[in-house]
Amino acid sequence: MAEKKIGVFLCQCGGNISKTIDLPEVQNFVEGKDDISVVQIHSNMCSGAGQKLIIEEAKDKGLNRIVIASCSPHFHEKTFRATMEKAGLNQFVLELVNLREHCSWPYKDQPEAATEKAKDLVLAGVNKVRENYSLEKKKIKMGKRVLVIGGGIAGIQASLDLADTGNEVYLVEKEPTIGGKMAILTKTFPTEDCSACIISPKMAAAQDHPNINLMTNSEIVSTVGHRLHFEITVEKKPRYIKPEIDMDQCLICEQCVQECPVSAPNMWEQGIMQRKAIYIPAALAIPFRYLIDDSVCLHFKDGSCNKCETICPQQVIDFSQKPEKVQFTVDNIIVATGYDTIHPSEKPMFGYDKLKNVVTGLEMERIVDHITEKPPPRPVGDKVAFIQCVGSRDEQTGREYCSRVCCMYAVKLASLLKQAKPEKDIYVFYTDIRAYGKGFEEYYKRAQQLGIKFIRGKVAELHGVPDSEKVLLKAEDTLSRQIIESEFDLVVLSNGLKPNDSTEKIVNFLKLTKSSDGFLQEAHPKYKPVDTNIEGVFICGVAQGPKDIPDTVAQASAAAARVMVTLAQKEFDVDPQLAFVETEICDGCGKCVAACPKDAILMKGGKAEVVEALCVGCGACLPVCPLEAIDFHNSSNSQMYASINGILAGKKPGETRILIFADNTCTYRLADALGIRKMKYDIDTRIMRVPSSARISANLILHSFKQGADLVILGDCPVASSLYPWSRDVTEQTMLAARARLAEAGIADERIFFSEFSAGDLQKFTAMINDLSAKLKQAEPITEEQRQEL
Amino acid sequence: MTKKIVLNEKTLAFQKKVEELSGENTAMCDQCGTCSGGCPFVEEMDITPAQLMRKVMLGQEDVLECDTLWICATCNTCTVRCPRKLDVSKIAEALRQIKLRDEINNLDINDLPKNVLKELPQIALIAALRKLSS
Amino acid sequence: MKIPYFPGCSLKTYASSFEKSAIASGAELGIEFVEIPRWNCCGVVSSLTSDDLMHHLAPVRNMIRVLEMQNDKIVDTDNKMLTLCSMCMNTLKRSNLKMQEHADELETINDFMYKEDQKYDGSVQVMHYLEILKEYGFAKIAEKVKVSLKGLKVAPYYGCMLIRPKEVGIDDAEEPTIFEDFLKALGAEPVDWRSKKTCCGSYLTVNKENIVVKLTGKILEDARRNGADLIITSCPLCAFNLDSRQELLQIRNPNFEPIPVLYFSQLLAIALGLDINKFGFENNKVDGMPLLKNKILNK
Ligand SMILES: Cc1cc2nc3c(=O)[nH]c(=O)nc-3n(C[C@H](O)[C@H](O)[C@H](O)COP(=O)(O)OP(=O)(O)OC[C@H]3O[C@@H](n4cnc5c(N)ncnc54)[C@H](O)[C@@H]3O)c2cc1C
Ligand code: SF4
Ligand code: SF4
Ligand code: SF4
Ligand code: SF4
Repeated sequence: MAEKKIGVFLCQCGGNISKTIDLPEVQNFVEGKDDISVVQIHSNMCSGAGQKLIIEEAKDKGLNRIVIASCSPHFHEKTFRATMEKAGLNQFVLELVNLREHCSWPYKDQPEAATEKAKDLVLAGVNKVRENYSLEKKKIKMGKRVLVIGGGIAGIQASLDLADTGNEVYLVEKEPTIGGKMAILTKTFPTEDCSACIISPKMAAAQDHPNINLMTNSEIVSTVGHRLHFEITVEKKPRYIKPEIDMDQCLICEQCVQECPVSAPNMWEQGIMQRKAIYIPAALAIPFRYLIDDSVCLHFKDGSCNKCETICPQQVIDFSQKPEKVQFTVDNIIVATGYDTIHPSEKPMFGYDKLKNVVTGLEMERIVDHITEKPPPRPVGDKVAFIQCVGSRDEQTGREYCSRVCCMYAVKLASLLKQAKPEKDIYVFYTDIRAYGKGFEEYYKRAQQLGIKFIRGKVAELHGVPDSEKVLLKAEDTLSRQIIESEFDLVVLSNGLKPNDSTEKIVNFLKLTKSSDGFLQEAHPKYKPVDTNIEGVFICGVAQGPKDIPDTVAQASAAAARVMVTLAQKEFDVDPQLAFVETEICDGCGKCVAACPKDAILMKGGKAEVVEALCVGCGACLPVCPLEAIDFHNSSNSQMYASINGILAGKKPGETRILIFADNTCTYRLADALGIRKMKYDIDTRIMRVPSSARISANLILHSFKQGADLVILGDCPVASSLYPWSRDVTEQTMLAARARLAEAGIADERIFFSEFSAGDLQKFTAMINDLSAKLKQAEPITEEQRQEL
Repeated sequence: MTKKIVLNEKTLAFQKKVEELSGENTAMCDQCGTCSGGCPFVEEMDITPAQLMRKVMLGQEDVLECDTLWICATCNTCTVRCPRKLDVSKIAEALRQIKLRDEINNLDINDLPKNVLKELPQIALIAALRKLSS
Repeated sequence: MKIPYFPGCSLKTYASSFEKSAIASGAELGIEFVEIPRWNCCGVVSSLTSDDLMHHLAPVRNMIRVLEMQNDKIVDTDNKMLTLCSMCMNTLKRSNLKMQEHADELETINDFMYKEDQKYDGSVQVMHYLEILKEYGFAKIAEKVKVSLKGLKVAPYYGCMLIRPKEVGIDDAEEPTIFEDFLKALGAEPVDWRSKKTCCGSYLTVNKENIVVKLTGKILEDARRNGADLIITSCPLCAFNLDSRQELLQIRNPNFEPIPVLYFSQLLAIALGLDINKFGFENNKVDGMPLLKNKILNK
């Protein structure tokens, strides 16, 4: 291996650093070590002149490792990485030391102590850079193929946007028609435009678009995941009608339907009507084609019937069809799998399974849609009640979230019914009416104008009325504080939305995460609302969380745009800062394989191997490895040990050290923010930047104590905004293991703890650190024997 | 009972006292009325169970004079339904306890006629004495 | 199977036929009730205030007795404790839960009882006889039925304490089925009725007789309307309110048609073919015999 030649560049930052920190002293401190070839001070390292200095020195002195001590890497990491390339060096033999935010700014009034602290920080950087090595950024070539899962309005909108911009789209829908729930709705709030009328042109466009390959009645059965490269297998269920090429053969003459002796509930009509075993799913179905429901068809039951086959003048019926597998490769995926409504059996006190005149919101959509027919397939009596928040906002069902659309759909359904049949007496029982959207409040007011009565009280129970089909309702009118016990002809349950079961499979295939409400988790709730923590996979529509159609469409277009951004970068860099295995050390115990939540570690020939395309860099595998064989590029064990040694080196007798392993996303940025605000916390604190708290193993913590740490804190984002929400369990395990070892050595185990920080927790952080350091300074110090016992 | 409510240290202290005794956080109550709607005794009560929650949240000591707290029989119908997982029966018990600890009993066994006493099973008597007297 | 049995205040007196029929049916199934020595009343109702630890002492003391029985090998069931009365079960379970969840309170309670050699550790599992029967297997019970209750329409009355609150209930709080499954095993037809979980008025029967009579009136009417021949219960207090209070109902409403209220164990004993003279019907106010004779026994 070539001789190490390190160059150290200290930045004055136009005085921001040099007015507090005595840089020449730091320069003296670093100089003189064998492998330090040069130490330079410059007023602005990030300026053209500063960068030129680095490049020239690197070339002159043949430097092969560089430390730049300046501002936070969150400002200039990109700049200096580019400088490295210009100097002909690999980006990863660079180490940045944060002298400004973490040292000169918060400790303006303690120049001497700050200079001492600066020495520790620079030493840690120098120690680390000695262990650095080159890493190559892998490039992934992008194609233009996109899989959209789910053909509701979200999936349709995203597909059209992508197809119109020249991408090749596979749209996979599990039902025999696309359209999702929106196609089922009668009209839409708050404008009351006909739902089918606005969605059917889009459905047709999706079918006809040359860039969209539409697969209905089809489900994903496997995705061999690669980051930005996914091999997909889809299973097409048989329709038992000869394939599309021959489609013009079917005349939609309906003779088969007339012949078919089987009647089954039409589930697209929410069971309020019947259909045959051979049927077209809906009046505006896309594709508009027959299929045979093999779960009820007599031919499949006992072979006793083939009437449709016999009657069909075009001979398109084909009972011999089998499920068919189709494989293709895509670069990006959009998950738009929508929702199911909460089944009312989750609230048994409403007797949905027993009482005929208790219906769900979706059933009411269909009932209202047919209400003016003579006679309507499902007549409605005169007195109607709506019950809000059925299953939502309810700790008893474990669904604490608001479903966001049921208030408005109840207002809509009640209004439509009232307008069609003014004689109806309609009541809506609610806890809160959430009319938050554009035009919603006005729409609610109009419903009141129509004479619909809103009663503030959540219904407690429904009962059958003996010898009648009426429903007895019990509730408190919480505004008049009286109990209502009244009979209704029809009760509509405004049941909420829930993540559907078929999303679950997709979650497992693609290793997506779910938020606490069970819907798909976005990469960041504020600025990455349609990304996921898997590169190349995006989400939109109700699959991500309850929302109405306008929000769904907006999100779908956003997801399509995000895909376009990804695909527009013909090549895609994959960050090489991921886990890897030291094959010589690994003994194949498999613990890391079990620990990886993304299934990114495989066993090959008795050794673990990280699949780079799947690893998301959470570091959760590291602490579990008993041999430290699994490691992490640019935050490797040897790099970590070296940095720890450096950062704690300057501790003098009587001093204390709080060492914080700060995750790069939240805790480290929090410390930056403190610097920017010139907010001070105990100067004896040392902060190390790590990819995530999960990456820290018990050994690293214990090593820190050996090297003089008196208190170790692992900081990471709150679960809700964490990139790696699953990693908390790993951290907890690490914590327990480390604490046990501390206790064995007779050291109080509260000297290690984990804390959630978000980048804005300024007061929390300073108060916590100052309190802890005050306590530390009073506590019995850890003895050298105790440290060595670890 | 008056139309006017003043919120001050006194009301806060009463709220805290009941919450401490009951272990329930009345500020969590959404006033949805589920408890009242399903309570088998609500017709016999002077204020509804949800109202009981409200009064405690607002620290209204006059709640102690309501019949409701003596009528709630801890049937827990509301407990298993409250969308906020609150337990009205614990609030009622706390209020009863405040009265009983002041030695204000709701039931005096001596008031019961001998023949009634004789026919009542132990289980009824013990339960009533435990809940309604100190 | 020998299981520690906690009778509670009413089973020796007011509800003796409950106890007798339960013990007799248990014996037939090989479940031996071993009465807990020196048991004391559980207090009937649980104390719900956070600062009232004293009232949990009585339940816990009974559980210490169970641990002692285990140590002495008088019983052979792992930590189980059998109750018949729903209220006892509820009160014992709630105290037990408190002990399991709050180590500090358990310690205080143990300190109170410093004279006990055995400390309590939260390990006892309080179970209702119905749960034991379910564990035993309703299918197995069905095989042992000698007198099928076929044709008998029974309204199972859960009341409150058997199923609420959720943390101590033996079945789903809104849609319980254990009674129905039990009845089906005996060949009887369970009646589906809305009042099966409606409170009977509980101890308000002592000082608010009117409320209770109103409530039970509605409950009984509902059972009748749904075609029930009789009602079963698992609680002596429910039994009192539903059964004994029918006297008052009759006085107030001459058209009121009485309906027998039995303990579930009485039906079990009949179905197992046990001699009625051995377990008796002495506590049931509304006489169920004519009905049973007519529908079951004389067939
Ligand atoms: C009763 C009711 C009334 C409503 N009224 C209105 C209204 O008036 N106005 C309004 O703005 N909003 C309304 N909404 C909300 C509206 O339905 C949603 O905003 C909208 O339908 C969401 O569309 P989506 O595409 O996200 O989901 P969905 O419509 O659920 O579409 C998802 C699609 O994905 C498919 N799918 C699921 N899993 C898979 C899988 N694994 N593989 C392949 N395909 C899969 C499903 O079959 C479905 O076709 C109402 C909702 C309800 C319940
Ligand atoms: S074969 Fe099946 S689909 Fe065809 S007519 Fe008979 S039942 Fe209907
Ligand atoms: S939208 Fe309205 S009905 Fe639906 S959960 Fe929210 S508050 Fe309840
Ligand atoms: S059910 Fe719960 S949240 Fe609703 S009013 Fe009653 S106590 Fe409050
Ligand atoms: S616990 Fe009390 S308030 Fe709640 S339903 Fe029963 S009697 Fe009513």
